[in-house]
Amino acid sequence: MSDFPWLLAMIAVPAIGAAVVAALPRERALLAKQVALGVSLVVLLLAVLTTLAFDAGGPRFQLTTSVPWIPDFGSDFALGVDGIALVMVLLIGVLVPLVVAASWHEADGGPRPVRVFFAWLLLLEAMMVGVFVATDLLLFYVFFEAMLVPMYFLIGSFGGPRRQYAAVKFFVYSLVGGLVMLASVIGVYVVSAGVLGEGTFAFDTLTRLDIDPDVQRLLFLGFFIAFAIKAPLVPLHTWLPDSGAEAPVGGAVLLVGVLDKVGTFGFIRYCLPLFPDASRFYAPFVLVLAVVGILYAALLAMGQSDMKRLVSYTSISHFGFIALGIFAFTTEAGTGAVLYMVNHGLATGLLFLVVGMLIARGGSRRIADYGGVAAKAPLLAGAFLVAGLASLALPGTGSFVSEFLVLIGSFPERPVFTVLATLGIILAALYVLLMYQRTMHGPARGVLLQEDPAEPLPGAGGGGATATATLPAPQRSLRVADLGRREIAVVAPLVALILVLGVYPQPLIDLIEPAVVATLDDMGAASGGTDR
Amino acid sequence: MIEAPDLSWAALAPLLLVFGAACAGILVEAFVPRSVRHPVQVGLALAGTVGALAATVLLAGTREVTAVGALAVDGAALLLQATIAGLGALSLLLFAERSLDPARSAFVVSAAVPAGSPRDRELATVPRVQTEVYPLATFAIGGMMLFVAANDLLVMFVALEVLSLPLYLLSGMARRRRLLSQEAAVKYFLLGAFASAFFLYGLALVYGAAGSVRLSEVRAAVGTDGGGVLLVLGLALLVVGLLFKASVAPFHTWTPDVYQGAPTAVTAFMAACTKVAAFGAILRLLYVAFGTAEWTWRPLVYAAAIASMVVGAVLGLTQTDLKRMLAYSSVAHAGFLLTGVIGLGAAGTGSGLAATMFYLLAYGITTLGAFAVLTLVRDGDGEASHLSQWAGLGARSPITAAVMTLFLLALAGIPLTAGFTGKFAVFRAAIEQGAWPLAVVALLASAVAAFFYLRVVVLMYFSEPVADGPTVGVPGVPTTLVLAVTAAATLALGIVPGAVLDLAGRAAIFVG
Repeated sequence: MSDFPWLLAMIAVPAIGAAVVAALPRERALLAKQVALGVSLVVLLLAVLTTLAFDAGGPRFQLTTSVPWIPDFGSDFALGVDGIALVMVLLIGVLVPLVVAASWHEADGGPRPVRVFFAWLLLLEAMMVGVFVATDLLLFYVFFEAMLVPMYFLIGSFGGPRRQYAAVKFFVYSLVGGLVMLASVIGVYVVSAGVLGEGTFAFDTLTRLDIDPDVQRLLFLGFFIAFAIKAPLVPLHTWLPDSGAEAPVGGAVLLVGVLDKVGTFGFIRYCLPLFPDASRFYAPFVLVLAVVGILYAALLAMGQSDMKRLVSYTSISHFGFIALGIFAFTTEAGTGAVLYMVNHGLATGLLFLVVGMLIARGGSRRIADYGGVAAKAPLLAGAFLVAGLASLALPGTGSFVSEFLVLIGSFPERPVFTVLATLGIILAALYVLLMYQRTMHGPARGVLLQEDPAEPLPGAGGGGATATATLPAPQRSLRVADLGRREIAVVAPLVALILVLGVYPQPLIDLIEPAVVATLDDMGAASGGTDR
Repeated sequence: MIEAPDLSWAALAPLLLVFGAACAGILVEAFVPRSVRHPVQVGLALAGTVGALAATVLLAGTREVTAVGALAVDGAALLLQATIAGLGALSLLLFAERSLDPARSAFVVSAAVPAGSPRDRELATVPRVQTEVYPLATFAIGGMMLFVAANDLLVMFVALEVLSLPLYLLSGMARRRRLLSQEAAVKYFLLGAFASAFFLYGLALVYGAAGSVRLSEVRAAVGTDGGGVLLVLGLALLVVGLLFKASVAPFHTWTPDVYQGAPTAVTAFMAACTKVAAFGAILRLLYVAFGTAEWTWRPLVYAAAIASMVVGAVLGLTQTDLKRMLAYSSVAHAGFLLTGVIGLGAAGTGSGLAATMFYLLAYGITTLGAFAVLTLVRDGDGEASHLSQWAGLGARSPITAAVMTLFLLALAGIPLTAGFTGKFAVFRAAIEQGAWPLAVVALLASAVAAFFYLRVVVLMYFSEPVADGPTVGVPGVPTTLVLAVTAAATLALGIVPGAVLDLAGRAAIFVG
């Protein structure tokens, strides 16, 4: 079974699925959704099987396939995973089926055909897998850029009121970063041609190149700017709140949960091993950006009145932690950062989904339009609470383990930055709990408040409870449905994963750590204790 | 007694086929009854161009100088001739489309009738069809194919005129918006004549300095020190004449007006084929005649490349008409192509030649496809090329919008399309030659240009349809064929470009 091209299958299955869904007739909307769900579940299965086929103690890159792609450019269609890429692929495998299920009615009744939404979603999945499993620099770049197109259409076609602006801003930011990176990609190729006689894009060969430090600093910047836009680091972050707020909820989950991780993944996979001297040279600068991002974005998050924007800002703050962990150059911090990438995907994904469910009920994104929802929708509130607590890294959730690893791993090397970053945790508690408290507790208020009909409401949650008259006549009370079966099916796996990874993260750490050690070895950096 | 020059008939077969078809086309015009003239002309022109394409394939690998040294049949010439013949055949198919315009043709019945006169209005509705455009276009294709094989500055000049004169005429033959079309033709003719004069003057200076118009002998005179002021000045004037044809800024001012005024099929033809021909000649001139003294032209090309990219990208942003926007896109792409020319390197050691030839093919296919889509979207007054009229096209005509999006993404250079592969190839060639500042400017210009391509995508998909918007015509067989071929090639050159890149690499040889 180990000969089976798992990685290729994980790109091909959703890509073909996208074509099939796109080719369905317009009136078969339900079938399109079912096919999309089926395909994404197949990918999840493939991802799990890939993980089983992966030997954590084996060579760094496994399940490799390579066929010549563009011989003239010295580029191969080369795929392979190390522990870091593998956990990201698992994250994609888990998130996409949930996003499909959560977006079941997203495009219903809109001006644009339902199948288009799900076709773009599947194509996006294929591109996302490709970007993590490519071991050829040019192939990585191609996926990196091509990934923009499905996301651009998801935001632009199915997003909120300011979707045009957000989609174009997203595309232009990413494209500029990508083009700057292209200059560096070609630069790396030309340098490799100078050293080896023949240019190559093979990751393994490129990490062994000894590039002149001055050249490294230039090339590093090209990669760094692209990844810092993607991640995003302050001050290149301004596109994310717009895109996160305007994207359809499913798109926002994948945008923040996976797409942006390509930036931090790029730091650890490409910036560090390819340009070790430059990475060390620029590390203080990157750490300043990371810590400024943690604090600044957290402060901005507290000031938001729009829930989706708030969640976007929390992500920017968390990306600061990930960057801190990566550029601390220790095994613990690096492992913590990669683990954080997974946990943040789960936690913020859940937060976006729950917020999306709330918005779907009230039709408004403003915090001030909600209040006291917990009384009527306890499951929704519970899921919201779990997502929020995971987001602020409460012990017992997966985020805590990763954040803790990042901080203790960074402290010996970078005490000042670490102490400052710790302040971000306090701010996180504030912005999450304030949003939770204002929307879920307190007096019933906002858009969900409706005048009572003459007779009691039918169904769960209604009925006699409305007798607690808080307002003078005409009687008004909160009318909100709790999570339905489909929504529970979306939320439950994420809640379970967050809690399981909170108490037993070891399997993931076992996958991630060897790859982090190998990366730091490539750098020639002194890696700290590896006995975790 | 004059001896007949020694000609290699086989090596000239592509040229002979096209010129033969063009001459026969004139006879058809005179002797074949009007009722069957259109199919005969289309068939003849297609037979000539497709035959030429086939002949170049059969000739692959030929490397010889023939016709007493006036023509060079080498890898680069054959590949460029094949590109011109192939793109030319596709353009002819666009000319032959009859189901889109209610009057059955995009060309005016009688171009000599004053626009707006009673006779003109009368002719506007008759279903008679203009067939002279086919021999004219075939002559232009022949001229272009001669242009890229010219090993002699005089032959190059003759070819330049042979390709230009039919284009001046064709530009003025739009059936609708006649005044705009005639203005375009006059503007193109006057500025084109001016550019030809530059070329001729440069030719005279080079002849004066080198004592010959043969490229190989010019090279001998140039040596590595440039061969003196006269030669370098002559080179500069020659390049100016060629940059005009290639619509490189600052010699681009005719481009938007002519692209907008000319019938769209002719614009497509000019954008795709003229670009290939002009760059073919630029490459040959710089490589064969001045390749040993790279320093003489490098600053000039460097500056023109930056000017062209910046002007094309920035002015493209301000356009509200799609044809004008694509014209500025053509200017920007000319700058990207010059980046590849810089990649020729000293004595042509770089990969710039192969990269530029690939880019020409990729750009030609993509831009031809984009103009073909433009012919589909129409309102009562002909083609609806104003940007605002394209709002919401994605909802009303998803396939048309999707195909246009593909071409626009390719023009923007998004990976997995032909545009990305081409850009990558030329930027790599430039960076290899140490021109990384130029590559950085090119990348930034790409980002700016991407913005105006995206604007069209935004309009088509994310805007609500306008109330009395244009209709999307159902294309006949010719246009459908063109769209299918160009769309498939745009994707194929992006996803699996290996074979074509390899071909370009092997064909990157100049003799002479």
